[in-house]
Amino acid sequence: MKVGLFIPCYINQLYPQVGKATLELLEKLKVDVAYPSGQTCCGQPMANSGYEYESVGACNNFVDNFKDFDYIVTPSGSCAYHVKKHYNIIPQTDEVTKVRNNVYELCDFILNILKVKDLGASFPFKVGVHKSCHGLRGLRLGSCSEVVGPRFSYIEELLQEVKGVELMPVKRSDECCGFGGTFAVTEEAISVKMGKDKIKDHLESGVEVMTATDTSCLMHLEGLVNRNQQPLKILHIAEILNSSL
Amino acid sequence: MSHPKLASIFNKDEKKVDWHDKALWFVRHKRDKSVHHVQGWEELRNLGHGIKAHMLSNLDIYLREFEANANKNGVEVHWAANAEEHNQIVHKILKDNNAKKVVKSKSMLTEECHLNPHLEADGIEVIDTDLGERIVQLAKEPPSHIVLPAIHKNKHEVDELFQEHLGTKPCDGDPQYLTGEARKHLRQKFIEADAAITGVNFAIAETGGFVVCTNEGNADMGAHLAPVHIACMGVEKIIPKQEHLGVFLRLLARSATGQPVTTYSSHFKKPSDGRKMHIVIVDNGRSEQLSRPDFRASLHCIRCGACMNTCPIYRRSGGHSYDATIPGPIGSILSPGKDLTKHSSLPFASTLCGSCSDVCPVKIDIHAQLYKWRQIITKETPQPFIKKKSMQVMGSIFAKPKQFEKVGKIARWSLRTLPKAVINSKPNAWGKARDLPTGPKESFDDWYKKREENKGKNN
Repeated sequence: MKVGLFIPCYINQLYPQVGKATLELLEKLKVDVAYPSGQTCCGQPMANSGYEYESVGACNNFVDNFKDFDYIVTPSGSCAYHVKKHYNIIPQTDEVTKVRNNVYELCDFILNILKVKDLGASFPFKVGVHKSCHGLRGLRLGSCSEVVGPRFSYIEELLQEVKGVELMPVKRSDECCGFGGTFAVTEEAISVKMGKDKIKDHLESGVEVMTATDTSCLMHLEGLVNRNQQPLKILHIAEILNSSL
Repeated sequence: MSHPKLASIFNKDEKKVDWHDKALWFVRHKRDKSVHHVQGWEELRNLGHGIKAHMLSNLDIYLREFEANANKNGVEVHWAANAEEHNQIVHKILKDNNAKKVVKSKSMLTEECHLNPHLEADGIEVIDTDLGERIVQLAKEPPSHIVLPAIHKNKHEVDELFQEHLGTKPCDGDPQYLTGEARKHLRQKFIEADAAITGVNFAIAETGGFVVCTNEGNADMGAHLAPVHIACMGVEKIIPKQEHLGVFLRLLARSATGQPVTTYSSHFKKPSDGRKMHIVIVDNGRSEQLSRPDFRASLHCIRCGACMNTCPIYRRSGGHSYDATIPGPIGSILSPGKDLTKHSSLPFASTLCGSCSDVCPVKIDIHAQLYKWRQIITKETPQPFIKKKSMQVMGSIFAKPKQFEKVGKIARWSLRTLPKAVINSKPNAWGKARDLPTGPKESFDDWYKKREENKGKNN
């Protein structure tokens, strides 16, 4: 099984530690993983802003980089969802279909493809999970509160096995954080308000470390936490699952 | 004004935003508690979706069947291609019956058609009899929510409004007193009314009957007291069979307010002796929406308002920020079909979180339609030069890895080196309330390449 690692553009440039944790984690799990160096972005920033046609080059580049892998793994529910859901704008060759079918968010891949739960990690903190929307309602990495059915959460399943983690329940377990790509800028007032409310919910629940499958949500939340100097640490799920504190 | 502008004005009063958000979240939560007790809820949603999809594919057949059956029942059926025709038809019926005083129970369609000002211009008094509707009518405002039209007003504002218009005593916003006074005021209007106008929740093709759902009984009160009943409905309100009500009535009330059933689900079929009943069937852009394959499912909507209650943006921006008859997520996919330029900011008033689609009782893929409208809007309406250009530049950078590397390096250097005051200066809306991350010296890419090189050396 050959796995291609996709590191989203903003993680590559701004949060390399998330990429490193993801790679180390996969290597720890003895995955034959490679990072193709010609990768850039999944194309989502343009597409969600209504400029799908400007993202065609990015989509093609993505497929070129990852067409030879059995699986593509990425520490982002949102990017994985974008490839799966919206790569219908380029011709559906066998390569494109293969890439779309085999792209996985990291937790999903660990739990459902590798079928591993206990990663031997330890992280002695009170952790609050922010269930990023594209992972939750797009990839169905967990049940959401609107839908009637069995309750589950891949990210929580993995965190429960991490030594020392105390999972803190929050009041609004799956409300959006307000990032939303260019929404964060075009609808600045609402975006900021949503983020503030999300942070408040976690702080009031006694959360010390807030985590998610998506660094994009976390960048927005961390931006608020830092500006307002709030006592909340923000980490990507890969950093916790790779931790041995 | 665009949604972001109106929403940022609404957000100037953070306490009010918190209150508005909590009030609607409470309703969403009630909905959850109620639907999680229904075994087969998801199956009901599938059925609701399927029946509506079938109805829309056979709309002409069911509409004609409905008309024929309604006629047999002694009801007069009228057809209106647009809002203007609708208003003229209603006006003519009222004139023919010499009706000067009209009571109306809640109907989003008549809001859409702007019926009230049309009738008032001819000296006809139109009283909205749903309490929330009456409140916004007195305030001379449009409803801000389709089920809870006055949800943007708190009890103290209602207190002041009633003092001014109904002559009530100051009561520190006592809801019981205010409701009591509204009841007295409305009872008088019901008794005096020459005609009653209602909306229609479901029109049944096989019987020619229709159902109106209210919690206050105001539709019944109006329709049973007045000699003339006019029911106005959009073409998409048709359902094929009586038994389908068992699906929709269960879905509607739970999704709207978490109630197992609306307090009054009133079935109307024929006029009582000596009375008259009219049904006005309105298109007003619906068949055009039906012709758009990507957006036709928006016509499944049963107007429960659940997508508004769940939408984190709606809850924090208020219904009036949408500047459309139907606000919130469903409004944001319906309104662009009517006026793309006017409503071009609405499909962007969403993070595409998908909660609206998951809460929708008839499974409209609302967030997917928002995404699709965005693609159309950027092509068919004028866009700010800077947005267009930046997307084009981003698109070309991401298509070429070498360029991406160069630009990334510059961006990281800027974030690391430039003073915060420069980074967060005005053109950067991100920086108004949020810090940007400090640019790391090394990208993941740099780190990985180095690691591979070192591996090579060590081997």
